[in-house]
Amino acid sequence: MRALLLGAWLRAGRGLPRAPGSGRRHREHRGHSGHSEHSEHRPQAPLRQKVSVEVLQHLEHLALVDFRDAEGVERLQKAIQFADQLHEVNTDGVEPMDSVLEDRCLYLREDDVTEGNCTKELLENAREKVEEYFVAPPGNIPLPKLEEQETFLQGSQ
Amino acid sequence: MASAAPAFLSAFPGLFQPERGFSFQRSTVRYGRLAPWVPVVGLEIHAQISSNSKLFSGSQVQFAAPPNSLVSFFDASLPGTLPVLNRRCVEAAVMTGLALNCSINKKSLFDRKHYFYADLPAGYQITQQRVPIAVNGSLSYSLCIDSKMSQMVTKTVRIKQIQLEQDSGKSLHDDTRSQTLVDLNRAGVGLMEVVMEPDMCCGEEAAAAVRELQLILQTLGSSQAVMAEGQLRVDANVSVHHPGEPYGVRTEVKNINSIRFLAKAIDYEIQRQIEELENGGTILNETRAFDSKLGCTVPMRDKEGKQDYRFMPEPNLPPLILYDAKSLPANMNHQQVINIDWIHERLPDLPSVKRKKLVEQYGILPEHSFTLLNEEGLAEFFESVVKQTQMKPKKVIGWILKDLLSYLKQHSLTVKESPVSSFVLADLLNLLEKKEISSTAAKQVLAELWKGEGKTPLEIVKEQKLELLQDQKELEQICQAVIDGHKNEVMAIKAGNPKVLNKLIGLVQKKTQGRSNPVLVKQLLEKKLSG
Repeated sequence: MRALLLGAWLRAGRGLPRAPGSGRRHREHRGHSGHSEHSEHRPQAPLRQKVSVEVLQHLEHLALVDFRDAEGVERLQKAIQFADQLHEVNTDGVEPMDSVLEDRCLYLREDDVTEGNCTKELLENAREKVEEYFVAPPGNIPLPKLEEQETFLQGSQ
Repeated sequence: MASAAPAFLSAFPGLFQPERGFSFQRSTVRYGRLAPWVPVVGLEIHAQISSNSKLFSGSQVQFAAPPNSLVSFFDASLPGTLPVLNRRCVEAAVMTGLALNCSINKKSLFDRKHYFYADLPAGYQITQQRVPIAVNGSLSYSLCIDSKMSQMVTKTVRIKQIQLEQDSGKSLHDDTRSQTLVDLNRAGVGLMEVVMEPDMCCGEEAAAAVRELQLILQTLGSSQAVMAEGQLRVDANVSVHHPGEPYGVRTEVKNINSIRFLAKAIDYEIQRQIEELENGGTILNETRAFDSKLGCTVPMRDKEGKQDYRFMPEPNLPPLILYDAKSLPANMNHQQVINIDWIHERLPDLPSVKRKKLVEQYGILPEHSFTLLNEEGLAEFFESVVKQTQMKPKKVIGWILKDLLSYLKQHSLTVKESPVSSFVLADLLNLLEKKEISSTAAKQVLAELWKGEGKTPLEIVKEQKLELLQDQKELEQICQAVIDGHKNEVMAIKAGNPKVLNKLIGLVQKKTQGRSNPVLVKQLLEKKLSG
């Protein structure tokens, strides 16, 4: 329910929905004073925090992505700014929702063996194999350190 | 223990004294070179659920199968596949939670834990990080106060939570060809992670707690918990601090393959940390592996820096809802419903209850009940013998724990493999109880029975002429003959040296080829000599 409301609001560009029930308003604590609540065209929320080089390197390491150039980083900043709009909503006393499936029944399967024995099929996709084993590089190869990287991040220093 | 100590510890002979270390393991505080230290030990235990199929897929769970033969498309993380929860795994987790006095969460959630490794094809593991299936339990275990196993103390460790999660595949590192071979047979098998609070203080406590958990899991049947087959894996979190100060930095110790090594690894790590800190060093919050050959812990290769697992809710699985007698929905398919109360009613007797019953029913000592339950099938063997013999259980237990068990250990046999069955042993003990043979003779017969040649106790007794002399008159005559033939000894006894009587008893035994009841012989001799 809550997700649908927010979605509708984002599409229609209407004013902020008031959260049900009382609760401390967080808006004033987040540096959004002077920001109009009922504007039709929403201006970009002010950038709360520039994405630092350390954070970018950490993200690249964790998710194995490569931001590659200034445009990539800029796109990331814009994405974060867009998502920050969620902070406009007062969610005091509201349970977070992770999925619209939350009230569906989780199906329980009987403990029977119904799958497997398809080694050949599974190995068809493998680039390299050794006697029905998949082949992978030896352990996790650590990413090169920042000084050795040839990505955009180095240039931004 | 001293032989396993690494070289640097020999530089501090005052610190590493095996005898001192052994007694200090009983108390919480360790005495370092400079100051007292309080070691803190917490455990994370992964128990493989005993089920036919995996946690989220229908592929088979089996140890040692051709590589990648027990793998479904979902286990291999092929796109378009979805997880489907196995009911049996949920029941196993609920049973375990109830046995460990936990609160079962009627609503629990699944999450994704992201990290990259070759044996984790999806790049994430489905686990229960936010709201696990069971929380806030406790496990009671016992320790021997002294090495004679005559005094036991009961301790408790708090269980923080139990969560359901997927196992990863297996990596075989081939360093010569600089590659890793991956077998996904184990990927997706259901695990119960049991998280224990850091309430333990040494290797011995941790080992005892894990042993008790192992027995509980095996009794419930929720896991076979055999460490050697990887069905029970234990990681230890170890830190030290001065009394009254905050907890120190902890290290995680992995790669522990047996309960014995668990105690060794923890004790080594505690000593290492004390040494390091007393030399002015610091402890890194790192993961270390236990090297069983060297008996020490070493930093692990792949685990550099703190991991950020980017936990997120598993979008393909709604919350897991469990019911009890009160909340049972009226019109739901009963195959889709798990009733906590129903499971609770059907829990078998836990080891602690079984021990209590053995002590109460048979009058044996608590330590005996521990040994009986510690060996698979031994308690049943004992009860079976008691049923088939007139000998009192308190006497039978001696034969079970001292004679039978030591034979089994010497020959590395399980109770099931014993060449002496409970029927045969009971038969032997009956002969002893009816005083047809002496206890020395009984031990001889047992040694013969152990060869497993199929002879009955009575047959062996007859073969080796071990029957006790039943003819009182004949015995009296022999006693008299011995007395007559050893006037010096008789004088010594009459002069007030009763110990010499034993020599006479021995002589009678010799004459009767061990077939006389020593108690009776003593009585007869004493009667004759007092006259």
